[in-house]
Amino acid sequence: MPIIRPKIKILDEEHKRLILEEAKSILEVQGVFIENQEAIEIFNEHGIKHKDLRFFLPPDLIDKCLETVPNEITLYDRDGNDHISLKEDNVYFDPGSAAIFILDENTGEIRDALSKDCIRFSKIVEQLKYIEAQSTSLIYQDVPKQAQDWHRLYIGLSNCYKPVVTGTFRKESFPIMNEILLACRNSEEDLARRPLAIFDACPSPPLMWSDLTTQSLIDSAKYMIPSEFVSMPLAGANAPITLIGSITQHCAECLAGVVIAQLTKRGAPLIWGGSPAVFDMKQGTTPMGAIETMMINIGDVEMGKFLKMPTHAYMSLSDSKIPDNQAGFEAGMGALLAGLAGINMISGPGMLDFESTQSIEKLIIDNEIVGMVKRLIRGIEDYGTPFASEILNEYSKKEELLSHPSTLKYFRKELFLPSQIIDRMTRDSWKNSGSKSARKRAKEEASKLLSRSPIKPINETLLRELDKIVKLYLK
Amino acid sequence: MSKEDFYEEMSRAVVNLDEDKALEYADKAIKENLSLLEVVEKGYAAGIRKVGELWEEGEFFLPELMRGAQIMQNCLDLLIPHLQSGSEKISRGTLVIATIEGDIHSIGKTIVGTMLRAYGYEVYDLGADVPAEKIIDIAIEKDADIIGVSALLTTTMIGQKKIVDLLKERKLVDKFKVIFGGAPVTDTWVKKCDADGFAENAIDAVKLVKSLMNK
Repeated sequence: MPIIRPKIKILDEEHKRLILEEAKSILEVQGVFIENQEAIEIFNEHGIKHKDLRFFLPPDLIDKCLETVPNEITLYDRDGNDHISLKEDNVYFDPGSAAIFILDENTGEIRDALSKDCIRFSKIVEQLKYIEAQSTSLIYQDVPKQAQDWHRLYIGLSNCYKPVVTGTFRKESFPIMNEILLACRNSEEDLARRPLAIFDACPSPPLMWSDLTTQSLIDSAKYMIPSEFVSMPLAGANAPITLIGSITQHCAECLAGVVIAQLTKRGAPLIWGGSPAVFDMKQGTTPMGAIETMMINIGDVEMGKFLKMPTHAYMSLSDSKIPDNQAGFEAGMGALLAGLAGINMISGPGMLDFESTQSIEKLIIDNEIVGMVKRLIRGIEDYGTPFASEILNEYSKKEELLSHPSTLKYFRKELFLPSQIIDRMTRDSWKNSGSKSARKRAKEEASKLLSRSPIKPINETLLRELDKIVKLYLK
Repeated sequence: MSKEDFYEEMSRAVVNLDEDKALEYADKAIKENLSLLEVVEKGYAAGIRKVGELWEEGEFFLPELMRGAQIMQNCLDLLIPHLQSGSEKISRGTLVIATIEGDIHSIGKTIVGTMLRAYGYEVYDLGADVPAEKIIDIAIEKDADIIGVSALLTTTMIGQKKIVDLLKERKLVDKFKVIFGGAPVTDTWVKKCDADGFAENAIDAVKLVKSLMNK
């Protein structure tokens, strides 16, 4: 146990309370726009007042719904093993979801993604030690449009055993994706008991839950599959420019999600998350690497923790187009702050260019960043006194402490041991090994990782079953 | 247990950094009157070579490399007095090593010394901040094959050159090979000083010494 868990906080209790109160009041007075028929029926059953499609959620209903949200979610891997627990300040990373481009590490070209890229990406995620979850990372163009969401889940699970962050693009896809997940479990109850996937549910700011995303939230709730809110207020564009205003809006949008899910099924597992951003006032873009974007994320997460919910954020991304200095420092700052904030699921490693591009090189570099962040949050450990004097007494015997028993016992625990991605060579060794940049080293690592056998290959029967489902729906 | 299996066990004890077992086997080898040269070469040396390989592959880190070398050295200390003099000679060569005058950085040199000992070389480590004259005097006294000089600072590196210059002055150039170590040392510097080589790390140092001894 560390002496203290290194942390960052940017809101005090008083302001969290104020934000929550105002968010509830926004939902009561301004309401939330709902266009999904099933949600409208549920709201009507509960006698929620509305004007056309704008529903006004009473604060006591919100409070009641908050009471039944689980405080933690344990995710299980494809093979049903306990994998990660989204609770308290536990920190886990997954690559961002649904990029449309890949930065091809072999040609250096940014191009439309193909299914083979998604396969390669999944295989690499499987091998990366510090990326605990996978995501349906890429949207590829070589499957029919109507299969573009669910087919990724098949590719992901066939090539990587880690739990997956995913989502639907069409209402019709949820049953297919559910079928794919069920193939990995014994029954619906088993899938509910041992969740394998998280479904992203993305409200449309300000204060609107679209038909598609509401349906995904309702469908997931029915099967007790975790949903992750990915609300995306853009400060200064469709959300207040003040960071506190954006955090308040995000809070309202997520609270509406809590109500939809809990009215569908009490106890439905939810993750308080988002992908907010500030608006770049010159380019008109949504920088994920902006420090204010990260500040809003931390504020959003602090609200989630205030409500005792598992948390999520899109951090450790970069807006750069290539894995360069900017990509390194933006991903580094984001991952570090996310780790310090204790965000349970952090989506972003690998992503460039405002969530539009995945880069295998960046993913591999980010894995090292995440390793360092995880070291930082393990903090400084107290192994008991004396801390140094006894060890120093031994120095004179050998004039070094490298071979001291305490060094041997603790160095692997005390130090993050980086891979060759991080250059700590002498200048001569670096020169002799080809004067390579981190990007070049990452590219070489990619082919090394791709040539390795999977850590946990998929069992043949399951693969056949998944193939059968794909065949059926690809017709 | 066959002799080969026993050697394998010795090697494994070094790789597992299990000093108690390694020493116990050495003791047993002495009591059972085994050919101790073979014990060293096929048992312990095979083990330390494996440790070096694991380090080069990135599996082992410096603390493990050092520990392995020390275990090896302690086993050699136990075995050497029992080697029959004359017919069995263990030392592969003799080195005098030091960090040069004005420079107090000794850790790299200490690691190199430990590794060389583990590989069967006789090493006299004179410590840090040692004047060039003293290094040469001791090299003569110990009848060394190689002088190793370390420097971490660009300001003290010049002392490495002084060693070669002094050897030239005293007409001792042919008697010793001179090798350098330390962060600022480059191939160009070695050539400029007319030295015989330098190594980036302890394992490379062993390889360098081995190749120079074969020349």
